[in-house]
Amino acid sequence: MELGFLILSIVKIVAILAYLYGLFWAMGHQNKIVKVAGIVIAFALIQLALTVKFGETQILNDFDRGLVFQACTMTMVALGLNLIYGFNGQFSLAQWGFYGIGAYTAADITYRWNVRDARGLLVAGIGVILGGLMILAVSRLVRRYKGMPVLSQFTLYLISCVLAGAIAVYIGNAINPALVPLFGTPDAPGILASPAVLQVVFLLAVLIAGAFAAEVSFLFGLPVLTLGSDYFGIATLGFAIVVQTLMVNTDTILPFPEMKGGRGMIGIPKLTTWFWAFLFLIIIIVVMRNLIYSSTGRAIMSVREDETAAKAMGIDVAFYKLFAFVVGSLFAGIGGGVYAHYIGFLSPGTFDFLVGFNPLIIVVFGGLGSMTGTIAASFGWIFFLEGLLRVLLSQLGTEAPTWRYVLYPIALLLLMLLRPQGLLGNVEWGFLKRPVAALQAKAAGR
Amino acid sequence: MLQASPSPTSSLAARRPGARLAWIGQGFLLLLAAVVLYILITNFLKDPPLFIQVVLSGLQLGFVYALVALGYTMVYGIVRLINFAHGDVFMVGAFVSFYAVTRFQLHAWPAAVFPGLPAGWVVVIGSLTVVLLSMIVCMSMAVTIERVAYKPLRDAPRIAALITAIGVSFFLEFFGALYFVFSPRFIPYQRPFEVVTWYIKDGIHLVQVGQAPPPGSITFSNIFLIIVVASVLVRVVLQFLVRRTKIGKAMRATSFDKPTSRLMGINVDGVISVTFAVGAAFAGMGGVLYAIAYPSIWTQLGILPGLKAFVAAVLGGIGSIPGAFVGALIMGQAEALTMGYISTPMRDAVAFTILIVVLLVKPTGLFGEAAGEKA
Repeated sequence: MELGFLILSIVKIVAILAYLYGLFWAMGHQNKIVKVAGIVIAFALIQLALTVKFGETQILNDFDRGLVFQACTMTMVALGLNLIYGFNGQFSLAQWGFYGIGAYTAADITYRWNVRDARGLLVAGIGVILGGLMILAVSRLVRRYKGMPVLSQFTLYLISCVLAGAIAVYIGNAINPALVPLFGTPDAPGILASPAVLQVVFLLAVLIAGAFAAEVSFLFGLPVLTLGSDYFGIATLGFAIVVQTLMVNTDTILPFPEMKGGRGMIGIPKLTTWFWAFLFLIIIIVVMRNLIYSSTGRAIMSVREDETAAKAMGIDVAFYKLFAFVVGSLFAGIGGGVYAHYIGFLSPGTFDFLVGFNPLIIVVFGGLGSMTGTIAASFGWIFFLEGLLRVLLSQLGTEAPTWRYVLYPIALLLLMLLRPQGLLGNVEWGFLKRPVAALQAKAAGR
Repeated sequence: MLQASPSPTSSLAARRPGARLAWIGQGFLLLLAAVVLYILITNFLKDPPLFIQVVLSGLQLGFVYALVALGYTMVYGIVRLINFAHGDVFMVGAFVSFYAVTRFQLHAWPAAVFPGLPAGWVVVIGSLTVVLLSMIVCMSMAVTIERVAYKPLRDAPRIAALITAIGVSFFLEFFGALYFVFSPRFIPYQRPFEVVTWYIKDGIHLVQVGQAPPPGSITFSNIFLIIVVASVLVRVVLQFLVRRTKIGKAMRATSFDKPTSRLMGINVDGVISVTFAVGAAFAGMGGVLYAIAYPSIWTQLGILPGLKAFVAAVLGGIGSIPGAFVGALIMGQAEALTMGYISTPMRDAVAFTILIVVLLVKPTGLFGEAAGEKA
């Protein structure tokens, strides 16, 4: 069985990489029909592999199904980190914290909805929208002054966001009683308890989770990004630790008894289907690629290359640092929302800052500033380490998980010594290539 | 009002100077400080002995952090690398002493070799041997790490070295967690000497075994005294090493300008190795003292103290030895007072909040420029 399993696992890893290559090739094709067909086929392939059974065996069994979803969320988180670290050069370790924030926020919204309580959605939704508006308004206000100290800006933003949160809580509590009858009773479900509405709530929850993570990252990043690179790294690590501490104490320090603190949150509806995971993944990849190859992306990369030179070129360094940080956290928050509804159980141990080094290692392995590298490394990492190695090592004894963590620092050291630019370096596949070449070909054709 | 606001590019000159609005941020900080002071003062007035007790426990923690922070600040001062593995060297120091005491009874060797020695001398010499052994093991380990992992990357981008440091840290933690190394469990630590506690109330009295000290008294133990003495001693030794010896001069030169010091005939690689070794020796000592003070050890013991020690080093101004010392004491106080009066789980949050606030107000840290003492 073991040899067969080994071969099968390697085939799966190769297949998934080929699948990604094909997907990006199709997405990068000039013909629109090929583009759409490629995406649809890519979706259908995995969907079929997950559902169709040949007698007893299934191409992707339940274990593989878990790996696929983990790989999707890990890709979202790692892409966000690559934007912050690979493209913008800010050494952030807070990504895992934002991932956790997103997961808990989204989980809380749908959990409450399932127990006929609309406050989760109302408060979080209104809070996020109001907070965003407040941040926009304050930023317009701040822009009227030049050289305003960061601490003062931060205070203004903080006050406005706290205000927005308070208003949202007030409004949410006021509206909720009106909505509760619409849920109906368990025997006669009302309109709000229908599965279709739950799907919409799930979509909103994931988006709100992303937006909430982005707003938190804005507030946190504004003062902290002004620190130097190493100090920024330590401060973000501190953020990840603090977020995990808060998660352990959600029912004591924070007023969320349903999250059950360190015991872990159970009863989250498992709403993430392959459709949703794929949709969010594709959207994030497209947004990321378009962002990187826009003028904003070039500005972001110029900050990485040389801050002083970028400043001399008229690039608002502080703004682009913050922008990349916020967008990266947005991706992480969305990834967290998707993850929470796939796994159905959240525990603070998942968001431990030691586990939080995983996306960093993925980004480094795949190559800093390479989207293909990050995506391929995420899928390869999950399928290789979580899938193959875990099963193989578990045959050897109880120490398997520890051995994995012994082996990968060694791999990391070897990588740093032998190939510091990452496994894939600057290679990009199909859709993720710089679109200039395609445009030139088009122009030459005309 | 929003429509009237100028666009960011067109009317830079028309923007009003925002520096005048610095009071908003300063007011926020002052408010924060006032709240903290209010909490502390009310608690002090409510129960002064308890407050002093908390401060003493904070001092104990702070002096241990100081031992680790010195290594961080020295290494960062020379190679500009956050040596994440430093906290794990600290952990290894604790474990080495654990095995030396529990498995090999190393702390009792003077009694076995010189049967006539008084019991007090046996304890002192035995404990010192244990500490020395830990220091030597940590030293050799740090030098090995430096040679194997960091040296090949010295000319690579700094981030590569940082990731390597994280990798080394992971390796030590999880290699240590294997069953044939240290095992992943929490292990009760056996102290090489007995704890003796005194209490202060109308003079200093010994707390008898099995008796509680009278209410309203302040207690302290020999562990506290040992930690304070060891830490101050290390501080003095380090000052001497950096200021008065040839290798200290070389260290200062290397941290100031590496290529030039190489031109002046300084063996830069050797100096860096020595710096790692000295820092690791102090971390090993810190590990033993930490384990003696908080006698439960496991393989991830070093992460948080290591991080807090780094925060302390940054707080005091990285590269500055007195800064690291003062920063560590502040860190210990902040943590103890938070645990005592605000909320125990948030002890880690406070450390990093202090870091962010200090760096925003004074980016060089407390002693960053003024002391100018690079090690």
